[in-house]
Amino acid sequence: MRRRLRLSLSAQKSLLGLLFTMPFIIGFLAFLAYPFGQSVIFSISKLTIVPTGYVLDYVGLDNYRHVLFVDPRFRQVFVETVVTMAARIPVVLIFSFFAANLLNQRFRGRTLARVIFFLPVILGAEISLKMQQADYMQQAVSFSESGLLSMGTLQQLLTTLKLPQAFIGFIFQAINEVPLIIRSSGIQILIFLAALQSIPKSLYEAAHMEGATGWEAFWKITFPLVSPLLLVNVVYTIVDSFTAADNALLELIQNSAWSGAGFGVSTAMSWIYFAAVLAILAVTIILLGRRVHYET
Amino acid sequence: MRLKKLLPKGAALVRFGLLVGIGFIILYPLLRQLSAAVMHPDDMYDLTVNWIPRHLTKLNFEVAWKMLDYPRALLNTIGVTVLLSALELAATMIIGYGFARWRYPGSNLVFALVILSIVIPPQMVMVPLFLNFRYFDFLGLIPQPGINLVGSFWPLVLMALTGTAKRSGLFIFITRNYFRGMSISLEEAAYVDGAGHLKTFFRIMLPNAKPIAMIVFLFSFVWNWNDLFYTNLFLPGRKLLQLGLAAINAQYNYPWANKAMEGTYIQLVNNAGMLLYVLPVLILYAFLQRYFIESIEKTGLVG
Repeated sequence: MRRRLRLSLSAQKSLLGLLFTMPFIIGFLAFLAYPFGQSVIFSISKLTIVPTGYVLDYVGLDNYRHVLFVDPRFRQVFVETVVTMAARIPVVLIFSFFAANLLNQRFRGRTLARVIFFLPVILGAEISLKMQQADYMQQAVSFSESGLLSMGTLQQLLTTLKLPQAFIGFIFQAINEVPLIIRSSGIQILIFLAALQSIPKSLYEAAHMEGATGWEAFWKITFPLVSPLLLVNVVYTIVDSFTAADNALLELIQNSAWSGAGFGVSTAMSWIYFAAVLAILAVTIILLGRRVHYET
Repeated sequence: MRLKKLLPKGAALVRFGLLVGIGFIILYPLLRQLSAAVMHPDDMYDLTVNWIPRHLTKLNFEVAWKMLDYPRALLNTIGVTVLLSALELAATMIIGYGFARWRYPGSNLVFALVILSIVIPPQMVMVPLFLNFRYFDFLGLIPQPGINLVGSFWPLVLMALTGTAKRSGLFIFITRNYFRGMSISLEEAAYVDGAGHLKTFFRIMLPNAKPIAMIVFLFSFVWNWNDLFYTNLFLPGRKLLQLGLAAINAQYNYPWANKAMEGTYIQLVNNAGMLLYVLPVLILYAFLQRYFIESIEKTGLVG
């Protein structure tokens, strides 16, 4: 008979679970937790590269002081980035919900429409961004104005209407943001679409029999049943936009590391940023979490 | 009476307009690019040319082809991307199964760490991670100053293998949900027939998880293909398409094309190069779009 180590069934199961998830535990410790801890130390040190590696000199909160009070760009870029990203999140969500409702209807060419709407996910944010930059250059070179109503004409029109400057600025900002918003909604549209399709048709039929209008059915059936995925989408959108490729602050953090300010300042910047992102995530999850309707 | 008939038609018309408009905004950069890529340098200063170039040319593609060293760079990029996504797939399937089937003290906490790993921006740990791989000492096992892994594939391979690569956390989450949704009676039948846990996983569960494996692989492929952050960090100077494109942008005077090159001409080449870069992914998407579009329904995210 084969000799076997005797373990209780539950101990055996625990061991198997540990065995299967061990790669992640090792990876998390080595490539996330450890560097994460190091970045705390880096942010309060001056880091110098020497032939045998690097040395750290403790400087206290100097790096943070430098970032917040000396660095000419950080404060401005930080506020701009956080405000634009935070403002973009609700718009992305509303648009993707709207687009999902649009794509959920029956019409010819529905598959093609879905294929196109999802295309930005395939092309990737970083690449789309590069494309746009290339495009702006091309436009600048050919001096051409495209579109039905050129930006110049629109501005003239708005100015002659004597609208306040702030309002005009807002309109232009919104117009500039439209392509960005559409292109960062791919995954969210799919998630909402899947949620819409999982709602049983019988609910709508019953509501119709009871005399509910389409408007009522939307708010009483569609919206509550989609709301758990609204939370998923909110979290996804926040994470996605705060790690997006067009994020000016991340670019600043990256540039400060490799040139100029140094590693210490760069990590201090990233810590301030991460704290802000976590705060925004926490607030939205707490605010939305209560309102979500879970079907049990 | 008439109104009742007209209303749905009007709604369909509005819907059509919206779809075409949004579709145009999404396709706009691609179309622009195509227009610029086949544009002759002479047309750049022609004010009457906006979308359709007066002189069509393959010149931009030829220059981009040479500058990228396209066939070689393409093969390299495909090789690296397939390798990394295959490793990421293997790792996340195993880890996801581990979370789905067995619990151990602290397994919930570890799973919370998976979610946390999705939220941490890679820029947070960029500097320490880079230095750790630059002076890799394997947690103190290799004497100072350690080995330099930057420039080799090891950093990316190690991260893919341990489920800590870009968005691996998301894949672990998805595979766990999928395995949880699979009927447990299948496994019990295997156990009754005398298969061990490992055999059950590899012979029964994995073959039944093909749909989710396909999704994880395809998304991983596309995201690795588009990745600029990690390739820039760990594989500088390699002959890869992403890095070649960045180099084109930086270059201004190029002696191979037969026209005296101004800095602006490089933009046309850049557009052609960009098309060459996205082309393989577009072809993949054209054939396999079903897997991408139906992916969410299969992930178990929705009831």
